[in-house]
Amino acid sequence: MTLANGRPPLSSSSQTSGRAAHHGADMLLEIRGLSVDYGLGDQPVHAVDDVSLTIRRGEVVGLAGESGSGKSTLAYAVTRLLRDPGVITAGEAYFYDWPKGSYRANDGDGLDESVRSANPTGAAQPRLVDLLTDDRDVVRAVRWSDIAVVFQSALHALNPVLRIGRLIDDVLKTHEKTMTRAQRRARAKELLEMVGISADRLNSYPHELSGGMRQRVMIAVAVALHPSLLIMDEPTTALDVVIQREILEGLMELREHLGFSVLFITHDLSLLIEIADTIAVMYAGRLVEKAPAKALFRAPRHPYTYGLTRSFPSLHGPKKVMAGIEGSPPDLRKVPSGCPFHPRCAWAMDICKTEDPPVLTLHDVSGSREVLCWLQDGRHEVPPELNQVPPTAGTAEALPSMRGRRP
Amino acid sequence: MAIVEVTPGDAAGAIPLATAAHRPKRRFRLGHSKKTIVGLVLLGCFLVLAIIGPIIAPYSPTAIGPLVGPPRSGSTIATQLPGAHHWLGQTNIGGDVFSQLLSGTRPTILVSFLAGAIATLLSVVIGITAGYIGGVVDETLSVIANVFLVIPALPLLIAVGAFLGPIRSSNPLIIGVIIALTGWAWGARVLRAQAMSMRSRDFVEAARVSGESAWRVIMTEIMPNLTPVIASSFLFTTLYAIGTYVGLGFLTVVGAGVDYNWGTMLFDATSSSAVESGFWWWYIPPGIAIALLGTSLALINFGIDEFINPRLRIATGGRKMRKNLGFKLRPQLGFTPVVREHSIEAGRHALRAGLGEAP
Amino acid sequence: MNVGEDVPLLEAVDVTKHYRVRVGRMGRSIVHAAENISVALYPGTVTAVVGESGSGKSTLSRMLARTQKLTSGKLYYKGEEVSLTKRVPAEYRQSVQLVLQDPFESLNPVHTVRYILSRPLIIHGLAGGNVEEAVLNLLRRVALEPAEQFIGKYPHELSGGQRQRVSIARGLAVRPKVLLADEPVSMLDVSIRLGVLNLLADLRDRERLAILYVTHDIASARYLADTIMVMYAGKVVEVGPADSITNAPAHPYTKLLLSAAPDPDADEKVWPGAAGSPPSLVQPPSGCRFHPRCPYAMPICSTDEPPAFRIGDLHTAACWLHEPAPLELSQPGHTASLTEGPPASGEST
Repeated sequence: MTLANGRPPLSSSSQTSGRAAHHGADMLLEIRGLSVDYGLGDQPVHAVDDVSLTIRRGEVVGLAGESGSGKSTLAYAVTRLLRDPGVITAGEAYFYDWPKGSYRANDGDGLDESVRSANPTGAAQPRLVDLLTDDRDVVRAVRWSDIAVVFQSALHALNPVLRIGRLIDDVLKTHEKTMTRAQRRARAKELLEMVGISADRLNSYPHELSGGMRQRVMIAVAVALHPSLLIMDEPTTALDVVIQREILEGLMELREHLGFSVLFITHDLSLLIEIADTIAVMYAGRLVEKAPAKALFRAPRHPYTYGLTRSFPSLHGPKKVMAGIEGSPPDLRKVPSGCPFHPRCAWAMDICKTEDPPVLTLHDVSGSREVLCWLQDGRHEVPPELNQVPPTAGTAEALPSMRGRRP
Repeated sequence: MAIVEVTPGDAAGAIPLATAAHRPKRRFRLGHSKKTIVGLVLLGCFLVLAIIGPIIAPYSPTAIGPLVGPPRSGSTIATQLPGAHHWLGQTNIGGDVFSQLLSGTRPTILVSFLAGAIATLLSVVIGITAGYIGGVVDETLSVIANVFLVIPALPLLIAVGAFLGPIRSSNPLIIGVIIALTGWAWGARVLRAQAMSMRSRDFVEAARVSGESAWRVIMTEIMPNLTPVIASSFLFTTLYAIGTYVGLGFLTVVGAGVDYNWGTMLFDATSSSAVESGFWWWYIPPGIAIALLGTSLALINFGIDEFINPRLRIATGGRKMRKNLGFKLRPQLGFTPVVREHSIEAGRHALRAGLGEAP
Repeated sequence: MNVGEDVPLLEAVDVTKHYRVRVGRMGRSIVHAAENISVALYPGTVTAVVGESGSGKSTLSRMLARTQKLTSGKLYYKGEEVSLTKRVPAEYRQSVQLVLQDPFESLNPVHTVRYILSRPLIIHGLAGGNVEEAVLNLLRRVALEPAEQFIGKYPHELSGGQRQRVSIARGLAVRPKVLLADEPVSMLDVSIRLGVLNLLADLRDRERLAILYVTHDIASARYLADTIMVMYAGKVVEVGPADSITNAPAHPYTKLLLSAAPDPDADEKVWPGAAGSPPSLVQPPSGCRFHPRCPYAMPICSTDEPPAFRIGDLHTAACWLHEPAPLELSQPGHTASLTEGPPASGEST
């Protein structure tokens, strides 16, 4: 199989086992050099510019950024849900389709019996799916049954004239053609119970539910087919902080139970620190830093990340004056030359204004991370603010604090 | 409380709305859309004809004379067919269709635009006042508007026309005013709804808290935001006026014997059984003229719609993109297109990726 | 804390707001949006009102701004009672200004910054002859510099943070003494929020404004405010110095808010769970409105509404847990629980 650009794929199924072994047998989504533009005329807007990201099975990856960062665009482009005038202009995106039920959650809690019995654990091999294919059916097959999306505002994502039960029924009917009506109904009840909504709500319309419940319904619909990847686009931004906490705790519990990975997109970095394993920070369409979550927060290496971590006033501890970051995110039609962050950067050098910074891979006690910055290329002195000591990988300090309720 | 992420798709074609207060300087960048350009050009042609039509017409529209058209095959009798002397043929009494068409342009344009302007003015004053002030004023004005909406326009106009007699009713000003009176109510309803929704917007509240008087709030805060709607309403009402005026001409309420317009031509053609006799040059040209004028206004209206709602603009390209890609990219819902470009960009990215590890 | 006069600049005493709505096809109901709220705003201080949606915090700001009529209660301006029946006097309008949440909606897109800022100056005759200079000065006061660059711009040419600064400048144009800011940074990008909050702090310090900061984010409330007032379902549940509230919350709802807020400094979080959601304001629960969700609820909580009990210096909480035990009887019930809370006998925190 050759791709549209004439190059051979990264790996074909016959080489999968070798490649899988090389990556630790747990790759789920691989994005390489993805670029997305809005409009293809004279002045295309580069919403996403050469972004590479990987998600492993069972991993929670946080995608953080502000307006114009391109974080939502990235997620929607990969699932081919991006609307006109969005066009993918470069890169590759591969989804590793593992047999359902072949993944064990962290604490070996197990999965639905129905799923586990269908696919005994063993030498599972993933099927490689090119998400950027021209074949509509390939994308359709993967969408929802393997990759599901929870949208930002459930009020707009749920059809207001359909009862909740009907909505879930539709999803199941479309993808699981072998289920009978009774089976679908039972499954719908099961799904609602899984997200903490009583089954009698199957007959409710979306406007009869509160915002938090609607979001939970969206999550139920998303996990209905046991996807291995859940993409969540600002799922709790419009909700109050208490409901937000309830939903996220529930989600993490569900994750322990079902074993899916999560790509969590948000502007609230402080939230990601609590739930993510890895965080990727985007700015003006570029990926500027990617690191284990706690390491990113305690020891940022990119000036933008550093500024972001200084934008959240603390709840406890001594009160100090914080400044956030001067200036504002750039208009994507007029992105600064060289490093897009340089006008706001406290450590900008001459080279930053003219040359695109390289992607650099750094290694330290917390593991490895990627940074898009000239300061880290070894030829410049790194300011102390960007050189702090991160928590050591594997220690309790390095783990996310929200892991679902302990039984 | 969602963070509003500015998607470049919305901003990419962003055009500033009409600028400040008392003399709104409209900066409509309608030039992007092919539809609008066609509409404007067409309208321009008609406007030119309206001015010079009667001057360049080869004959007087009311002139009559012998038939001089080319004979049919196998006969030597002159006919009304189009020929060298009469490009669009003749009427059954020898009048020149082309001249009639040209002469009819001016009154049609004049009356319909006049009616449109007066109706729009009325709808703006009444609609926005009713919507913003609300309460008793709103209820009263709404009742008046509803009455005018319900009154059947054509019968009323016929009655008025008959009352005034053919000479006075052919006066463009008079007939324009009367048509306007039957056509303002629709626009008033639309503007009332718009004003009501604008009333509760934050910046209007802020202006009130700053101490602006109600009059100034309407004129300087609300109206400038409604200019696209008002412009669209004007075009739509003008379209309505064209139809009404031609209809009146067809019913000989206006124009008969005094002035010539397209409606009168159609009346003449019908009463002379032009359709059955196959005298297509008599009724088709005015028909096409009406259709083209109406179309031009509708196309300009589309342009304004696209201006109001940026999502209607087709941003994925068109001719230029077809040239670059070799095919036209048709946007599909749920299947974002992938167009990988091989260019210096790609090379630059590869170079960046290859710089690899730091020591 | 309260440096300055003893008399608050603006004070609301026991104010209540009920809305009448049509529920279903017929019948009218009353929404108890805010009840029995008292708050005092002193010059040179920031008072934060923290609550979730439906708590009544925005209603309070509108009542203070007098864009909504009070159903009951009194307002005092500079110590004098304000007449609620007559028209709002011009001096009140000038002294009390409102800054709104949505940076995209609060500025008319067809006007330049110059027009937007000069109107209030011209209307109230404050330009002193040179409007342009006055507008430039306003822009400098909100740190939009170089001011000459911003004065001719349209709102869509500005970022969200810049727009919000223009809104604040418009509020400042009439030289108010009180600024009511309703969620001024919620819709801004995270990295620019602190800039706007620092501006508000600056206005408090340099110009001695009394600022009411309405927000749902308790962390930013702690950062900016001197006093925090926590509201739930239309009622005040706790008031106190900012640090007292965040370090030693006395009301169970405040504790819930604090543990729900994202806190990246914490290594591990324990989430006790919060059954249910905020109640309907049409038929609020009897007694304490929080009792259906409260892990410490006692029988009295569902029957009697708790008054505000004194916890410490200037710190009060409306919760039966803090009712001082009568000296004659030793009843363990009321003073137990809330293990880490301060004892109810009024010891200062």
